[in-house]
Amino acid sequence: MKVFMALIFTGILTENFVLAKFLGICPFLGVSRKLNTAMGMSAAVIFVMVLSTAVTYPINQHLLIKYELEYLQTIVFILIIAALVQLVEIVLKKYIKALYNSLGIYLPLITTNCAVLGVVFLNLDKSLTYSQSLVNSLGAGLGFMLAMFMFAGVRERMESCKVPKFLEGLPITLISAALVSVSFLGFGGIVENIFK
Amino acid sequence: MAEKKTLWHELTKGFVSENPVLRLVLGTCPTLAISTSVTGSLGMGLSATLVLIGSNFVVSLLRKLIPDKVRIPAYVIIIASFVSIVQMLVKAFAPAIDQQLGIFLPLIVVNCIILGRAEAFAGKNSVLASTIDGIGMGIGFTGAIVLIALIREFFGAGSVAGLQILPESIPPMIIFILPPGGFFVYGILMALANRLAERKDLPPAELQSCEHCPMSVACGGRFVDQADNEKEVKEA
Repeated sequence: MKVFMALIFTGILTENFVLAKFLGICPFLGVSRKLNTAMGMSAAVIFVMVLSTAVTYPINQHLLIKYELEYLQTIVFILIIAALVQLVEIVLKKYIKALYNSLGIYLPLITTNCAVLGVVFLNLDKSLTYSQSLVNSLGAGLGFMLAMFMFAGVRERMESCKVPKFLEGLPITLISAALVSVSFLGFGGIVENIFK
Repeated sequence: MAEKKTLWHELTKGFVSENPVLRLVLGTCPTLAISTSVTGSLGMGLSATLVLIGSNFVVSLLRKLIPDKVRIPAYVIIIASFVSIVQMLVKAFAPAIDQQLGIFLPLIVVNCIILGRAEAFAGKNSVLASTIDGIGMGIGFTGAIVLIALIREFFGAGSVAGLQILPESIPPMIIFILPPGGFFVYGILMALANRLAERKDLPPAELQSCEHCPMSVACGGRFVDQADNEKEVKEA
């Protein structure tokens, strides 16, 4: 249990996927203009992260490693994630209309999101067990959500601010991302100390 | 002569005027993550360039064979194959670089520069032009990421490509090689690039929401509409 809690808090705070690991920067910059869209996108990312971990892990263990096909990991994983996202979209569209309306539009964007493929590779890198991988993906997704939530708030405030002319647009967005990221540096070491 | 001139344009447009990192805002994740050291950035740039040239070549070779509806999955498979090849090469010949790049080496597969160029250029142009476009864009990407790395490594560690430049008595500003420094240097450089673009009457860099986003095929531009006027989409 302690391991799981540590994994989740590491994912959210100390090794935040967006602000410390630089995964999923495109949606972080592109979709954080409004709080609603930011939350919808994050929910879809969490969903797809956990789902693709759940599917790729057994395939890696029981197919690729068993038959010594590890060099195919990149191709196999991206195909599985792409197919999975399509499948989820079709199923949601047919059976769970309400969920499709809130998450559906984000799903196709997530296929080529490096955060999803990134979490799959990180789980392998850390050689976690199946349940630990799932929890780690959940933590990473929650971290993504927290970063999106905070940054959407910052950006909504920024809309009404007077920005120096040469920083208008993306440059000021990146610099405010730097400031948000500074705040996460403060969490360094916190997880190791609490869960030791 | 005219042909030659356009090919020259395909090559050089990626350097500055359509630089993938600073102008088109593509491939931000590896740019920010890897640019803590110059050697790592060079490795990243070269690996991505190899993949880009290979995928642009094959995609434009097959552009008439691939049915329009399944082109994105087809492109992804082509790119993934080249990434696997590059991964094996780097692991075999430059294990130190492989250590530095970590998961960002396989993640070249989802680097939007590569899929973006396949969709925006290689799928529509001749083999020669696409290959040259790949080389130019690759050089532009490598140049931008190495530039960011030069700044970050110099200020953050006092060294360039591992060689100590600043004397030990001057403490380096570690914040530059920490994550916030990445965002900061990238933002400042983009402001400079915008300033230069303004002088040449080019628009400032913006996230290329649909034109360059390969996934706009899948979402049909619904997404940007949704961000701008959410109500309309809900009604539809």
